[in-house]
Formats: sequence, C-alpha cells, structure tokens
Amino acid sequence: MALYSEKVMDHFKNPRNLGSIENADGIGEVGNAKCGDIMKIYLKIDNEIITDVKFETFGCASAIASSSMATELIKGKPVSEALELTNKAVAEALDGLPPHKMHCSVLAEEAINDAIKDYLSKKEKANS
Amino acid sequence: MIYCMYYPTKTVGKKRGTVMIYTDNAATTPISPSAAQTFTKCLNEVYGNPSSLHSIGQKAAEVLFEARQTVAQCLNCQPREIYFTSGGSEADNQAIRSAAHAGKKKGKLHIISTSVEHHAVLHTLDRLKDEGFEVQLLEVGETGLVTPQQVADAIREDTCLVSVMYANNEIGTVMPIAEIGEICRARGVTFHTDAVQAAGHLHIDVSKQNIDMLSLSGHKFHGPKGVGVLYARKGVALESLIDGGAQERGKRAGTENIPAIAAMAQALKEACSEMDEVARQETAIRDRIIQGLSEIPHSILNGDRDKRLPNNVSFCFEGIEGESLLLMLDEKGICGSSGSACTSGSLDPSHVLLAIGRIHEIAHGSLRLSLSKYNTMEEAEYIIKTVPGVVEYLRSFSPLWKDKVSGKNPFILK
Repeated sequence: MALYSEKVMDHFKNPRNLGSIENADGIGEVGNAKCGDIMKIYLKIDNEIITDVKFETFGCASAIASSSMATELIKGKPVSEALELTNKAVAEALDGLPPHKMHCSVLAEEAINDAIKDYLSKKEKANS
Repeated sequence: MIYCMYYPTKTVGKKRGTVMIYTDNAATTPISPSAAQTFTKCLNEVYGNPSSLHSIGQKAAEVLFEARQTVAQCLNCQPREIYFTSGGSEADNQAIRSAAHAGKKKGKLHIISTSVEHHAVLHTLDRLKDEGFEVQLLEVGETGLVTPQQVADAIREDTCLVSVMYANNEIGTVMPIAEIGEICRARGVTFHTDAVQAAGHLHIDVSKQNIDMLSLSGHKFHGPKGVGVLYARKGVALESLIDGGAQERGKRAGTENIPAIAAMAQALKEACSEMDEVARQETAIRDRIIQGLSEIPHSILNGDRDKRLPNNVSFCFEGIEGESLLLMLDEKGICGSSGSACTSGSLDPSHVLLAIGRIHEIAHGSLRLSLSKYNTMEEAEYIIKTVPGVVEYLRSFSPLWKDKVSGKNPFILK
C-alpha cells in the first residue's frame, strides 16, 4: 500500500484554493518552522458566508493536501458551520491519513479556527 | 524488462510509469546483471547445505569459500576474518556489542563514536548505555568531519572501542579512517568502522588502515539485499548474536544464504575492479549537479566539498519541506531522499543535519541525491533543470518563505 491515498496525492499535486487574498476578512496561521509545518488560511466573508478561501502551506505532502481539502470543505459555507470542521472530517475526506500524519489534519482545523477567530475579533472591534 | 527503469536511456524525466531517474543509491542500488546472474545460478544450482559432507553440500561449501576469498581480497584481509551476516545493521550490532563486552571483561566501559553515525550504530550504543557503558559521541565540524586529534584526545585507559563511520550516508563526508586507525592501533583500542556507504565505492584496505572491525552491506554496491559482511581481524573476539549451529566459525548460526553471499561477492568484486572509472564518472556528474543546485538562492551544500563520496549530493533549501520536494520530484521522474522529519518517521529531522549545525527549519528542507554507475550526465542536466523549478514552486506558497522575502523574518542561508 502506498503511503498516501490517491486523494491525498491529488490534493498535493493539484492543490485547490492555493494562494492568498488581499484585504482578507480573516487570516489564520498555525504551526512553526521548527516542527516543519506552517499553515496560513485567508478568508473572504460576506454575510457570515465564506465566499472565498485561500491557503499557503510550508510542510509535507499531507500538510498541503490537508490545507487544500479543508479549504474545499468550508468554501461557500456559513462561518458557524466552518467553526465546526474537525480534523477527522478533513482526514476522512482525504480517504485517511497515515497515523503519524494525522497532526496535519489537526493543523488544518486549527488554521481555519484561527482565521475565523481573527475575523470575529476584527468584526467585534469594528462594531465597538 | 525491469532494468529499463534503472539503466541509462535516451529518454529521461518522463512521468511515473515510464523512465525514472534513480538517484537514491545510498538507500539501495539496483542489482548488477552479473550479480543477478550469480544469484539465480546459485539459487537454481547450488542448493546444497555447506555443512553437508556429500558432494552437493561440498559444492555449496566451495562457493561459500570462494565468496569469502573474494570479499577478503577486496578488503585485503584473510578469508577467515570475513563473517557473513544479514546486512550492515547486523554487522554493526555484532561488532559493537562484541568489542564492548570484551572490554567489560577487562573493566573497560568507555566507548567513543560520533554524533553522525547510522542508527544501527547509535541505537546499539544506546542499548550499551543501559548496560552501564559510557558512550562518548564526538561532535563533528560543520562539514561532518571528526579529526584524528579528537579521537586521540578522547581515548582513555578504559576505552574499549572506537567506532567511526567510513563515509556518511546522508551528507557523504568521508572520515579520516586510516589516521584514526593508526591512533587506535597505537593506543591498543579496538577500532570499528561502519563502511556501508564506502565499500565498493572507496579503496578500503583494512590492513593498511589498521581497521579491526568493519561492516558492509551487499545492496549498497549493486549486490542483493539481506546480506552483509562483518570483517573482524584475527584475535578480535566476537560474540554471536544468533545462537545455533557452528556456521561462520561459530559466530553466526544459521544455514548460509549462498545465493545472496555469492552474488554480493560478485558485486563487490565488480565494484572494486571498476571503482576508479566509476568514481571518475560519478564525481563529474556529482560536481555538475552540485554546481547547478548551488545556483538556487538560499541553499547550502551539506557535507565536505572535497572529502566526499563520489556519488553524494546533499543540499538544504530554505523555506521548503523535504517530503513535498521529494514527492514533487518523483512526479517529475527523479527519485531522491530527504532528511526531513516527515521522511524520517519521527518529529525531528535528520540527526546528521542537526549535528553539522543546520537548525530544524533548514534541516527540514533537505534533499539527497545519491548516484550510481548507471546515472548519466544527461540525467544530471535534467536534474539541475528540474529541481530549481520545484523549489521555486514550493516556495511560492510557503508562508515561511514569504515572511523572509517580505523582510518580516531574516534569511538563514545566503
């Protein structure tokens, strides 16, 4: 059996939503260089709907695939729904990750949470 | 025919399923046609047990002896000093444990090695630490070298073993083995070298170089996997790791793997006979790749520029991670290796890259390309045309890289 599922390889080789968004409504960044994984998520939000999402990732194939899949899973979804995205859902959508790569899906979940938190705090500031 | 995957062809760098450039020969090499021929011939024809007294058994004993002679000639030692093992790891384990336990009988519990050894050595030493041995790992310089002086300074009255690898598997640095051997011999300390990456690639002479014990592995010089050699100089006590019959002078039980042993001997003989010519060819290709990849901004060559295996290229590229680099290169038809955490199967990147001073972030972005006689200059050109584009692509969406470009964080490599 290959290390990665075909879906992981597909998202690694053809990452969806790669890039950044200028004037993003929320930006999240998690991970660190020492551990070899950094994920950055950019959100465009209109009326509490994620209308656009982009990512940039430093990391291994499963980190790139996890970011790509996570962005696909929240694109077009309400913010409240995106907040409920779990790492398990990301891994399952990729037809599974090897046990020692599960942390990549955790990072994807955390990056999205971080970006939404950024959006919510910006919104709060704007309203206050 | 499967050979077409490995051997030089006119088409290089096509996608998976067609032609691949195999530059991961430090991991393993394709078997040479003559070794494969020896293997299958023995498998079919030399089926006897060398311990059997009848003619079929004795035919096998003859083949075994010839193989032992061949290996002994390649290393310049006596056939009786050659012990066949299951590979380099077993040979390392047996050599180190034997020397340590022989030392313990004399109250000597101090072992000297280096921080860049293969895990077969380091993990064996860890086990010995648990048994009460004091293990001193010499630090290496920024090119991965230990100096003979370091060894001389570290030797104590109670030192029972010095184990220094011949050439490093990741960064290709070749250690000053003859000089270390001379020091150890003069001080009466057993000297072992893990020569897995060197055998069949560099001129080894255990007698001249004062080597007491040496490990090698068949599949690193176009022989089969699952077979290796422990050379132990006459008079060096060995303990067996596998108990049973009296094979290998009672030091390694189990019916001998004749096809693998004979094929390994054939491969080693072949490698030694064409060593200079292959080294010249590999060095030219290696240097072309090093020159080409050095053009990539914010990259660095790992290992010593001159005291280097003819077939090793090792680089770190800032801002990217090695596993994704490897898999992208695989897509482009290039097989290499990396010392990133993701490829090492642990949370930390290669201990060798850390030992030569690469910080974690840089060590994650490593690439090793290791050549064989089957690589060509045409492949080198394809590699140096392809790698920069892949590095650039991965950097284009690396937040780590972008923060350096924007000036938010400093670059680490020039």
